[in-house]
This record gives sequence, structure tokens and C-alpha cells, in this order.
Amino acid sequence: MRTIEFRQAIREAMSEEMRKDPTLFLLGYDVGEYGGEFRVSGDMFKEFGPRRVQDTPISENAEVGLAVGAAITGCKAIVEIPFMDFIPMAMDAIVNQAAKFHYTFAGQRSVPIVIRTAQGGYIRAAEQHSQCFENWFVNVPGLKVVMPSTGYDAKGLLKTAINDPDPVVFIEHKYMYPFKFEVPEEEYSIPLGSADIKREGSDVTIIATSYMVHLTLNVAEKLAKEGISVEVVDPRSLVPLDEEKILDSVKKTNKVVIVHEAHVRGGWGGEMAAVIAEKAFYDLDAPIVRVGAKNAPIPFPKVLEEHVLPSEADIETAIRQVIV
Amino acid sequence: MNATDPIMEVTGEDLLKIYENMVKIRMFETREYDLIQTEQEGFAHSYVGEEAIAVGVCSALRKDDYITSTHRGHGHMIAKGGDLKQMYGELYGRVDGYCQGKSGSLHIADFELGVLGANGIVSGGIPIAVGAGYSIQMRKTDQVAVAFFGEGAMNQGLFHEAANMASVFHLPVIFIVEVNHWQCGVRYETVYHDEVINDVSVRAKAYGFPGVKIDGNDVVEVFNTAKKAIAHARSGKGPFMIACYTYRIGTHFMGDIDIRPESEVEEWRKKDPINNLEKRMVRSGLLSGAEIEEIKDKVNAEVEGAIEFARMSPEPEPELALKHVYAKFP
Repeated sequence: MRTIEFRQAIREAMSEEMRKDPTLFLLGYDVGEYGGEFRVSGDMFKEFGPRRVQDTPISENAEVGLAVGAAITGCKAIVEIPFMDFIPMAMDAIVNQAAKFHYTFAGQRSVPIVIRTAQGGYIRAAEQHSQCFENWFVNVPGLKVVMPSTGYDAKGLLKTAINDPDPVVFIEHKYMYPFKFEVPEEEYSIPLGSADIKREGSDVTIIATSYMVHLTLNVAEKLAKEGISVEVVDPRSLVPLDEEKILDSVKKTNKVVIVHEAHVRGGWGGEMAAVIAEKAFYDLDAPIVRVGAKNAPIPFPKVLEEHVLPSEADIETAIRQVIV
Repeated sequence: MNATDPIMEVTGEDLLKIYENMVKIRMFETREYDLIQTEQEGFAHSYVGEEAIAVGVCSALRKDDYITSTHRGHGHMIAKGGDLKQMYGELYGRVDGYCQGKSGSLHIADFELGVLGANGIVSGGIPIAVGAGYSIQMRKTDQVAVAFFGEGAMNQGLFHEAANMASVFHLPVIFIVEVNHWQCGVRYETVYHDEVINDVSVRAKAYGFPGVKIDGNDVVEVFNTAKKAIAHARSGKGPFMIACYTYRIGTHFMGDIDIRPESEVEEWRKKDPINNLEKRMVRSGLLSGAEIEEIKDKVNAEVEGAIEFARMSPEPEPELALKHVYAKFP
């Protein structure tokens, strides 16, 4: 099978859906001629022109607001907010407008928009360009939250998200854009709410999201040589969440580590741990352990960033903690 | 008034409809003022005194044109053709309300009438109107979108973001500023520079599209100016702003404390948009005293009938609270 970059998988999903639907458009600053801050939109501008690949002023709140207005009047929109750190500028439009319209107006209109954004560190971008905020959105009824870890998943999930009637926060990882993945050329899509077992194992379940899936797979490979069998479950979407597949894995291994890049305190891992505690407590042989960023902003130089962000060593330590 | 009164530019049919809608808003709000403090729950914001703006603008719109409204939104809804039964139904939190009773005064909408929602967030509706304008352009229709908002919303960053976008994207969006002198409990003098306060439409010029200031209590001036603005937007010339100077006769919400001097409110009561229109229409021979009474009786019957309807409408089942969170789940 061919291999393509993570960003190309995302671009293909957008382009293929835009070819099918003339009311679908992409907007954001730099998405046009420049090709996107992370070169995700690439040459889409050439194919679709300046209206359907719309460069905008740096006005995140109005960008999402515009998308909402277009979406309730017969269009579909993808908004690119290149760094998730800038999403706080758009919180009103996402939380008070997009997430609420279908509910507030009793189903008169839905809001088919996708807010694509890039989270995460490991690129020495410092405190305001490295953050992960997925759990803010998990906490808002009305939003769906998707976090792909591979090019295959990103393309298939994005195609579904674009055609979903509800607002979807689609969280990419900026460090992963150049990563190459096997992605078929044939048409496919992946439903939201379908977790994926990235590696089968029997001793411990690691629930990992986004780039953390790759760190976890490295650790699993290493521990396999010691005879430790690690199962890696990628939820792929946090809302809706495939509780069934996750709990099945927990019931099989009886031990759980949850890994995300976001800060542990108040992070999504707490929510996941609570679901497992409520629904599979008696299947657990050890306390649930969470791995995530330490409680500090993400600093700039490698030596400091690595100290705050989760590492393979952190994941390994957590696994050894639960399998004793 | 003489033959040069701009009222003569408006057809008698339009004027009668305009007058009736203004009376409808006034009666709706006047009754609501008592109802919300006696037999309904929650909060509502009165449009009394500002009727000329919603009615003047919406009377110049087509049914398929869009508007976004505000927390002070009953007037916009009625002016765009809103059904009083469903409006009161919503205010009573009953199943026959526009949102099945789940959202109340702040969130009345009828998408079939092009009303893209009253909005509880100050300035929240402005980019949504801009998005509707974008959609109009994408779908290549000749609709327009109107954003109603107060001068208080004009100090939100979102207004500036949205106005700039409408301008650079050349969208058919009309910005209607209801300058009612008070942002909640703060005088507009406190939050506007002297150079701007007497004509907030100068801000349109900063974004490169036309803006005019008009008397927001003169429905004829609002209607005629709106027609020009709408023709401008519909013909592809981009956005337009009308700053309508008016006054919030009531308190911020119905039943709120009032820190304004009575003399200030009294001064504006003398400029009441409905009384003024009545006088002009009578003077111009467009309406007789008897016809005025007839219209008022008719509207009063509609309002009372709508209230009775809403009172009889059932309360929602608790399960409604969990409906509509998503259009599709999972």
C-alpha cells in the first residue's frame, strides 16, 4: 500500500469531500495560496479557488461564528485553527454558538462544521504553541471530539466528521504532520465512536490518544521482549466514546494505564478513569494510572520540554507500576 | 407635515402593516412585562421604545432574507413575521413554543422566517449573520443578512472581527445598530469616546463600507434607509451599517432596578415612535382615529388569544431536556 504524510491524508479527506459537495468550504488564515501553516491545505487553493479555500483575517472567534452562520443556512464549513493554543480566542463561537444551536432551537437547524486544529508539543514551540485542550470540549454537550493518531484514521475520521450534522472539534498533532502512514487510495471512512486496538496484548491495557499512541507502541514493543504483553487501545474519538471496546480490553487485561499529552490534572484521563471505575471496578487488579504532562506550562528548550511532556520512560514506569 | 414628508414615499399598504407591527410589539411587550413578573419564570428584555427599528428594517426585507437578533429580541421576531402564540408559548416554557419551551425569551428563533436566533451572548449573532452572508455568496442567491445589535455589542472584539470580514469578503450583510443609550446599567457616554458617540456608524468607515446615522424612532426614516442599504447589499456592493439612535424606555430586563433619572426617560417618551407615526399618518390622511382603534383592538385580541393559547399549552416532559443535544449520536 502507498504511504503518505499525515497532513496529506487530511488534505485528501477535505479535497475528496469538497469535490462531492459544492457547499463545503475551508476557511482559516494561511489556508489559501500559502498552503497552511503546517502545509495541510497545500495546493487545495489551486483546485478550489479563493472562495472555497478562504484565507481569513486572524479572527478566530469570527471565523467559527461565520462557519456557524454558513452551516445553518445551507453550507458546510471546515475551520482551520492552526494551533490549538489559539482556540481560546474562539471559545464563544464554539461553546456558546456551535455547540448550542441544535439544542437551543429544538432541532430547527444542526451545525455541520468541523474545527480542525493542531495540538501538542515536542517541537520546541514553548508555552503558547504546545498545548492540548481536548478535555475542555469533551465537557461541552453538543460537541464531538476526534483525535486521530494515524494517517489512515485521520482521513477516514475526517470524512465522517465533515458529513456529520454536528460540530466536530478535530484535533490533529502538529508533530505528526510529516509522519508517513499507509493510506489506501480507495474511498473509505471510519465512524465516530469506534475505538481501535492498535496492538493486541493480554497483560495491561494502555488507553492512549494522538501522538501518545506512537510512544506507547514503542514501549509495548520494548516490553514484549521481556514477555510483557501490552494492549494499546486508541479511542480515536473522545465524544462519542467507544466505551464497549475499551471496557472489553480492561476486562481482558485487568490493568489500565491512560496516556495523553495534556496535563494530567483535569485532563481527559480522569474522565476515562472514572468511566472504568464506575463500570469495570471489580475487573481491576491494580489502581488505574494516568500519564500526561506534569503540572507546568510547556517550556521551550528540549531539556525542559521533555521534563514536562510525557515520555516513553514515563509510560514504561506506569506500566511496570500496574503489572507488579 | 406637508407633502414633502418622507412618509409620502411609503405606500399606504406598507404603512398600515408597519404601524400594526409596531403596535403588536408594544402590546406584546407591555403584557409580557406583567406576565413575567407574575405567572412566568426567568427573564425577558423589553423592546419598548425601539419598535421603529425592527419594524422599519424587517418591513424592507424579504421572507427569505436572514436576520440575527439579540437578547432584546421579541421585536425582531415579530417584525419578521413571528407567530405570537409560539412566542408566548416559548416565554411560558411550554411545548408549543418556538423551541418547544426549552429555551425561553433569550433564544426565540424561526428559521423558516429567516430568523437565525435571538442570541444571549452580546455580539454573538453578528458573525453568524456574516456567515449567512457567506453562505448566500456560496449558494449564489440574492438574499441578504441583517445583524441587529446594540451599541454595547459594538465594543466587543467580535463586532470588529465580523465587520472586517463582511467587508473584505464583500458580503451582503447589513449591520443595524440599535443605539439605545444604555448597556445594561452603564450609560453609553461611559463606554464611548466623544468623537464616536454621536455617530457610531463612523466605525463602518474604518472597515471600508458605508455607515449612516439616523433617527431610530422615526420608522419612515428607518424603512427608507433600510431599503437603500438592502438594495446596496443585494446588488453585490457589500455591507452597509445603519446606526439607529433610539432609547430603551424600560429597564435592562423587565422588573430590573432603574438607576436612570425619570426626567431622562420622560424626555424620550415624548419621542415615542408609535405616537409619532400615528400623528403623522392621521395628519397625512392615511389613517383615521377610528382606524387606529380598530387596529389596536385587532392586535389586542391577537395578543390576548396568544397568551391564552400559551397558558393552555402543556409543560414539556422532563425527557425533552435531553433531546436535541446532537442531531446524530453516536
